[in-house]
Amino acid sequence: MSIEVRNVTKAFGSFVALKDVSLDVPTGELVALLGPSGCGKTTLLRIVAGLEVADKGAVLFDGQDASSRTLRERQVGFVFQHYALFRHMSVFENVAFGLRVRPRKYRPPEADIKDRVGRLLKLVQLDWLADRLPAALSGGQRQRVALARALAVEPKVLLLDEPFGSLDAAVRKELRRWLRRLHDELHVTSVFVTHDQEEALEVADRVVVMNDGQVQQIGTPEEVYDRPANPFVFNFLGNVNLFHGRVHRGSVQIGPLQVESPEHAHVHDAPVVGYARPHDIEVERQEASDGSAVQATVAHIRAIGPVVRLELTRSDTGEGIEVDITKERFEELQLKVGEKIAVRPRVLRVFVRDYSLLPPQPDDDAK
Amino acid sequence: MARGAARDRRARAISEPRFVRYALIAAAILFLALFLFAPLAAVFAYALEKGVGAYFAALVEPDALAAIRLTILTAAIAVPLNMAFGLAAAWAIAKFRFVGKGLLTTLIDLPFSVSPVVSGLIFVLLFGLHGVLGPWLDACGIKIIFAVPGIVIATVFVTFPFVARELIPLMEAQGTEEEEAALVLGASGWQTFRRVTLPNIKWGLLYGVILCNARAMGEFGAVSVVSGHIRGETNTMSLHVEILYNEYNLTAAFAVASLLTLLGLATLAAKALLEWKARREGTSRELAAQRGELLEY
Repeated sequence: MSIEVRNVTKAFGSFVALKDVSLDVPTGELVALLGPSGCGKTTLLRIVAGLEVADKGAVLFDGQDASSRTLRERQVGFVFQHYALFRHMSVFENVAFGLRVRPRKYRPPEADIKDRVGRLLKLVQLDWLADRLPAALSGGQRQRVALARALAVEPKVLLLDEPFGSLDAAVRKELRRWLRRLHDELHVTSVFVTHDQEEALEVADRVVVMNDGQVQQIGTPEEVYDRPANPFVFNFLGNVNLFHGRVHRGSVQIGPLQVESPEHAHVHDAPVVGYARPHDIEVERQEASDGSAVQATVAHIRAIGPVVRLELTRSDTGEGIEVDITKERFEELQLKVGEKIAVRPRVLRVFVRDYSLLPPQPDDDAK
Repeated sequence: MARGAARDRRARAISEPRFVRYALIAAAILFLALFLFAPLAAVFAYALEKGVGAYFAALVEPDALAAIRLTILTAAIAVPLNMAFGLAAAWAIAKFRFVGKGLLTTLIDLPFSVSPVVSGLIFVLLFGLHGVLGPWLDACGIKIIFAVPGIVIATVFVTFPFVARELIPLMEAQGTEEEEAALVLGASGWQTFRRVTLPNIKWGLLYGVILCNARAMGEFGAVSVVSGHIRGETNTMSLHVEILYNEYNLTAAFAVASLLTLLGLATLAAKALLEWKARREGTSRELAAQRGELLEY
């Protein structure tokens, strides 16, 4: 089943959680809603599920307006951030719940329920814990019970709120691969919320980057990482270096460095910020006086693993620059702390500075 | 030996001197003996003073039986009503956001903060012959004050907070996620309540009901004002005890009082049992919840 979100707006009192959000999720896709705390991603997920009602706008399932449908009629599976397992029921009863509460007419016979729950527990590799209470399980196990419970009702859509948010790093990594495999097996349209960019980029078919109640960019993990639509996405996905300068008719001046930026050919003298990923920056030993590089001093070297991270200090402004180079390149250059080198961004994305694009980020998650 | 002495010294370093400890324990026991055990023993001693025969004779005497019946009837009406009210109020306050929630929470406590005598007077002013609704009720031939309905109403009012007070913090701590999960899984509102909410609060609910029942049976002040003290008709057990006592019929007074005392002891025992049971079921759960929280933060 496909999901369309049409111009949804939602406010809690004076706090606007979602501002005119639109979004398409095609059938069978696994989509991540990614953003910092308080960006409205959980609210959006809850509106899709029917747990919250949008102030304005609509949610369409397979092209049909779902606003008037009850939770039962929506047939969504929802996995809560803190699992929300029924604490007084065994693992088996938790998973069977959705089948047992069906109207008598649609309720499968006891033998079928037993069979189905058994198969689901096997799928999440927990069949040996069927008789335990949720309190006796670890976080990762509870998470999988919650998933099995959501899948038991054969939902048309699977929604997961920070599914790995409260797990420790190792379990997290394992579970998200497992979720990806599960999705490839079942092909249920799935949306999951996360604030962890690594998680979103690794698991999802498409990533929806959100901030301040608005969608910033929608694209494949490669698109949002390599071609961020705006400074926020650039900042949020991975490390980035900022170069402040001015643009005049397509020519950007950053300290001594001069870069052509044809997309700003019509701008007359405006402040700009250039964004460059640490691995998109080259360093050279020889000094450059022709405006093709900025000078910097090596402040710190971290040479662990195949990538060497250099922390540099710009000679003209004193700002820090982070650069990732390969071990081979590092050995070739023979760099030492305190040495002066030339720094040249290989790829530099330039945005005209507009503070309205980078609103202050609230600290608390909108619930 | 040497190790034992070392342990003694260490133990001494972190505890009070022996005489302070004994003095504190003695003071506590003396206090309990004076204010709890002695009265308790006195009740039964006076009740059985003239022998077991007189004790039971005082209990099966028609007026005493009528008082016992009325007390049970009052509790049988007030407790289920307050269980329903308390559940509804706690459910509304703990699980929903609405305007006036704070006011409702405060109002639930009103019967606790008002003197029982005043609570009784409120109903006299409301339903009494010279009260607001009195003339109309009189015209309809309905008698509330100085009759059983008045006693029930006053008892319901006084015991209203017990169940709600017990449930609100419990339900607030449990949050609404499990209910939301049930609804998303297709459960109806009633199924959600019966299969998810109720099992989670059953011990708290039972505990509230037991306290509510103890108070409903033992209430004196409010009931005294609205009852009219008609022997064999509007006397509850507590009122009957007072009347017998004022007539210097000590044996009978204490015999009936001993029943109320037994009720109190039974309530305490039930409360202890419930707490023990809830803890046994809850401990591993709370520990696990704490572990979960540690991982989250």
